[in-house]
Amino acid sequence: MSLKLRAKTIEQIPVEADCITPDKLSGLSVAEVERLQVLQGNQHLALAEFFDVSGDGSDGDIVVEGDCAKVKLIGSRMSQGCITVHGDIGMHAGAEMRSGRLEVFGNASDWVGAEMKGGHIHVHGDAGHLVGGTYRGGNRGMTGGVILIDGNAKNEVGCVMRRGLIVIGGDTGDFVGAEMLAGSVFVFGVPGIRSGAGMKRGTIAVFGEEPDEPKRLVELLPTFFYDCEYQPPFMKLYLNQLADWGFSIPGQARSGSFRRYSGDLVELGKGEILVWQE
Amino acid sequence: MTINGVEIQDTYAEAFGMTGARCIVTAANERWAKIAGEMASGYATSVISCDAEAGIESVLTSEETPDNRPGVSLLFFAFNAKSLESAVTNRIGQCIMTCPTTACYDGLPGSENTIAAGSALRYFGDGFQFSKLLAERRYWRVPVMDGEFTCEESVGTTKGVAGGNFLILGKTQDAALSAAEHAIEAMNDVRGVIMPFPGGIVRSGSKVGSRYKKLVASTNEAYCPTLRGLVESELPEGVNAVYEIVIDGLTLEAVEEAMRVGIHAACVEGVVRISAGNYDGKLGKHLIQLKEVMRNT
Repeated sequence: MSLKLRAKTIEQIPVEADCITPDKLSGLSVAEVERLQVLQGNQHLALAEFFDVSGDGSDGDIVVEGDCAKVKLIGSRMSQGCITVHGDIGMHAGAEMRSGRLEVFGNASDWVGAEMKGGHIHVHGDAGHLVGGTYRGGNRGMTGGVILIDGNAKNEVGCVMRRGLIVIGGDTGDFVGAEMLAGSVFVFGVPGIRSGAGMKRGTIAVFGEEPDEPKRLVELLPTFFYDCEYQPPFMKLYLNQLADWGFSIPGQARSGSFRRYSGDLVELGKGEILVWQE
Repeated sequence: MTINGVEIQDTYAEAFGMTGARCIVTAANERWAKIAGEMASGYATSVISCDAEAGIESVLTSEETPDNRPGVSLLFFAFNAKSLESAVTNRIGQCIMTCPTTACYDGLPGSENTIAAGSALRYFGDGFQFSKLLAERRYWRVPVMDGEFTCEESVGTTKGVAGGNFLILGKTQDAALSAAEHAIEAMNDVRGVIMPFPGGIVRSGSKVGSRYKKLVASTNEAYCPTLRGLVESELPEGVNAVYEIVIDGLTLEAVEEAMRVGIHAACVEGVVRISAGNYDGKLGKHLIQLKEVMRNT
């Protein structure tokens, strides 16, 4: 049996609810969960002000229902268990997560999985800026784990990421993989401008346009040099694994080849951008 | 016991423990996967004089491989993990990495013990190698002249069984060889085993030791038809040729199954007796009784 949190209507000011993790909720009674403190603006309030609580979270399984677009930090720093959100989710979802699983059947805001160390996040809708990125002033984005976004994402996906995998099913904003140290970012749509700017190592794979849309070219920085067109065997490993994780892979992605570009030559230059070709 | 009129001798095969590993080798097409597999498992008949015993376990379709290309499954066996690691990394480096279009993956993922593979070979990339960590498995991508060689960081090992065997005693060389070929054809369908000798068949069965001090093994004169008149022969009347089939497997059960299938296929016209090689129980811990194995037929 899982612990159920049903969101009430939240007006204006967002709520910071970093207590919504299996680490903090498992083993608590419904009354104890209801009394947990969350922050709204400068006010410390009980979780029950914003959620109807029922069920039992002793097995580490939490189900959140309703619109949580203004609830921040759900699943942040979680190290075990599973959170399933039926609805939108606010900023910093799964940020600094260590392990466990966060699944969102809705849209997510900025900093999904920011600086996460491990675990698995799957957002079935769109995501905001800085998916798996670092916080301002930080020197490491995500250092492990997996973030899957079925829809689109905004700017700076995987900013300064060190390890792990981010997959975006649709398009992204600008600066995908900016200042990447290592890891992998897959974009099944088309990224914005300046992908991989300042990246040292790592892989950005771009699968390009939807088949029924007009062709949109992937625009790369001049500090990425063309290497070759080829079919890297490792790509199938990723596509198969993504399919196993329930991520929808466009059929044409399994065939074709990739144009490989090395960069960013303003940095170490050992990164790569792989652009899918029919 | 007789099968199809062929006597199953009341004896046993003496098998012993060895460390085993499985590698999945893929390539752009089946031809190159097989070439890579044959090269990597070449000169690997017996640890008497080779660094490992190896062979192609099975040919894999593109649906059965990690990167959806045609492939082969290879098994390697050696006395311990250290010598196995040396043999496997050398063979991957010299025979698989060098072969056009190939990639190499762990065929025993999740094993408690592993030996190095890509982690040792990555240095060939001279600093241009890439690693990818996916679902707790690390893969090395080494730049080569036709693209890149993908090799999993390590391969799992297991306590396998080597030295499963049986002998086919035939009336003529043709009859014995034909029976052995039938056996190998049937045994090729058993997963988890290899028959590491040429075509899976041994003609120079050996005994331990020799009158020459430097040799650890020498011809098994008791089964040599040309010495019937000189030595205490094990050959019944009418037998003029013997072939041995040696089986290495990832498990004892797999070895026994291969023996069962092979012996059954070998019991054809022209075969007088099926026997097995052993050392009076002094060498290996697995004593595989032929009659026990064949009782399930």
